[in-house]
Amino acid sequence: MSAVMLDSQVPQPPQTPLRRVSAWFFRHPTLTLFSLLAVPMAWMVVVYLGSLSALLAQSFFRLDGFTGRIVREFGLSTYEQLFTAANIDIVVRTTVMAAAVTVAGALIAFPLAYYTARFAPPRLKTFLYLAVLLPLWSSYLVRVYTWKIILAQEGIITWVFDLLGLRGILDGILAIPGIGGPSLSFSYLGMFLVFVYIWLPYMVLPIMTALERVPNSLVEASSDLGARPRYTFRRIILPLAFPGVVAGSIFTFSLTLGDYIIPQVIGNSSFFIGQVVYAQQGTAGNIPLAAAFTVVPVVIMLIYLLIARRLGAFNAL
Amino acid sequence: MSAASRTDAEAAVVLKGVSKHFGGVKALDYIDLEIYDGEFFSMLGPSGSGKTTSLRIVAGFEQPTAGRVMLYGRDVTTTPPFDRDVNTVFQDYALFPHMTVEQNVGYGLMIRKVNRHEIQRRVGEMLEMVRLPGTQARRPSQLSGGQRQRIALARALINRPRVLLLDEPLGALDLKLRQQMQIELKAIQREVGITFIFVTHDQEEALTMSDRLAVFNHGRIEQIGAPADVYERPLTAFVAGFVGTTNILTDDIAQRLVGRPAALSIRPEKIRLLPQGTTPDPDQFAASGTVRDVIYVGMTTRFIVALDGGGELEVVSQNLDTRAEEAFAARGTPMVAVWHKSAMRELSTAGA
Repeated sequence: MSAVMLDSQVPQPPQTPLRRVSAWFFRHPTLTLFSLLAVPMAWMVVVYLGSLSALLAQSFFRLDGFTGRIVREFGLSTYEQLFTAANIDIVVRTTVMAAAVTVAGALIAFPLAYYTARFAPPRLKTFLYLAVLLPLWSSYLVRVYTWKIILAQEGIITWVFDLLGLRGILDGILAIPGIGGPSLSFSYLGMFLVFVYIWLPYMVLPIMTALERVPNSLVEASSDLGARPRYTFRRIILPLAFPGVVAGSIFTFSLTLGDYIIPQVIGNSSFFIGQVVYAQQGTAGNIPLAAAFTVVPVVIMLIYLLIARRLGAFNAL
Repeated sequence: MSAASRTDAEAAVVLKGVSKHFGGVKALDYIDLEIYDGEFFSMLGPSGSGKTTSLRIVAGFEQPTAGRVMLYGRDVTTTPPFDRDVNTVFQDYALFPHMTVEQNVGYGLMIRKVNRHEIQRRVGEMLEMVRLPGTQARRPSQLSGGQRQRIALARALINRPRVLLLDEPLGALDLKLRQQMQIELKAIQREVGITFIFVTHDQEEALTMSDRLAVFNHGRIEQIGAPADVYERPLTAFVAGFVGTTNILTDDIAQRLVGRPAALSIRPEKIRLLPQGTTPDPDQFAASGTVRDVIYVGMTTRFIVALDGGGELEVVSQNLDTRAEEAFAARGTPMVAVWHKSAMRELSTAGA
């Protein structure tokens, strides 16, 4: 066998110029790294952070009420405008909605992700993965308008409640002040349902990933040391999956904070942050106020992340 | 030790007719096993032989397809792991990454609602025992492989289980550390005096540490016995080949040596190479051949001898006063291989 190996000669690869370039890069790893990262870094710094700081700068300008022109001087008068009662209402309304959507999303997503990650046999797992992802492949707008029809007075939900003779319950829910309205499609409750539906995949996927990364031996070790399943869940699985829940909640929370289409299509036409930004920078031409409103979700998210860190959400990372 | 000789000793773990099938695969095929109280028992075998499955059945992570599991006379076949008085040291250590060393080691006591000061005290004791005092506040990620292994051991022992299960716990350590841990594990076992069941694929490890061992192959146990017993008197060709290395002589040469068809096992270190023409003693066997290859391995030299009647024989000799040059000079020379009749074992052909 060894004789055969020695007899047949393997030729050296030809020395092409490209090979020499590769060799040069091999000898200079730092420059290699730099040339690979230059374009994405430029994108990150110039386009991404640049536009963000431009936005921040805009928020310190103000709109001259008489001329309708933007006064490019540093000042806080736009922020004073932000803190009027009506605008604070909008901020609170949006934040409460985002929080509710996030909590509901986590409650629905966790069991689904838990089953998929830990118990589902491989084929069912693939199916469930696809089922979660599938809605993301179709148009967001189409899905929102579909929900408007589903939730409408003449929609399928009302029809089902009628069919089961439970119309009274639906009317009772819609009569609850604060979340109700003339029909589901004109209520906060309806808006909430659509938000939860639309953002659910963004909650399920990070939790699923986090749960899949918990080695089964940890669960076995906990059980081996005497912990019943509930205890193991609370002390081992939940803490280790928590970063996934936080990651998912960052998505659902910030996406809800910034969305301007769902509140426009579904609900009782009271404003949310996204709509205000849209209206101020468009028809009203008040770019500084639009910018100031955009800063609000950024600040809320920063506070949110600080709280999450306090709670130890990133300890297991 | 004495555990092997005790025939009436209390049985710590008994497996009765245990089988485990995964789909169509018989991971365990009707195992009968009795492990005595206080002994260091090893389950030895190649991967897929069923040794880990057996351990997991004792721990309660797997339910046997058939058969019963007894723990100190109590039938625990259907008892969940959290209600069994056994603890496990996992192959990957399975330390909880989000907890400190103290929380990891004290986990079992916390479940048992032992008060905080008592937990602290006993965790301190356990860390002392595994020679890692003062590491309470560290996280598993800040420890080396060997240290994690010790923490996993401390965590499993703090509950004072009646049986400790170890699933290839030394597999991930480098050779020196592994040898050191073998000695330490043995010392700890003597100190705490509880039954250890140790799963390994490393025959040297099993020979070094065990009071008794079981050799697994294809979901069955081929032999159970004390290490010296299994090494010196292997019952099957598989055991002879897996525990140590051996020469198996069959066909013509077996016919010539014992006068009938058989499978014979002779360990390489039991054979001596003598100059051609040497006549063996009456209590010795001899076979002539030519040294085909010489492999110098420092402490010993391995000779591969092509026998005149066909077949090969591996011979290992200690380099007592042979120099490497002399050993190499033997290549190509005709020699006589000689061994004591009592050193040769006849194997059952059923397992081969």
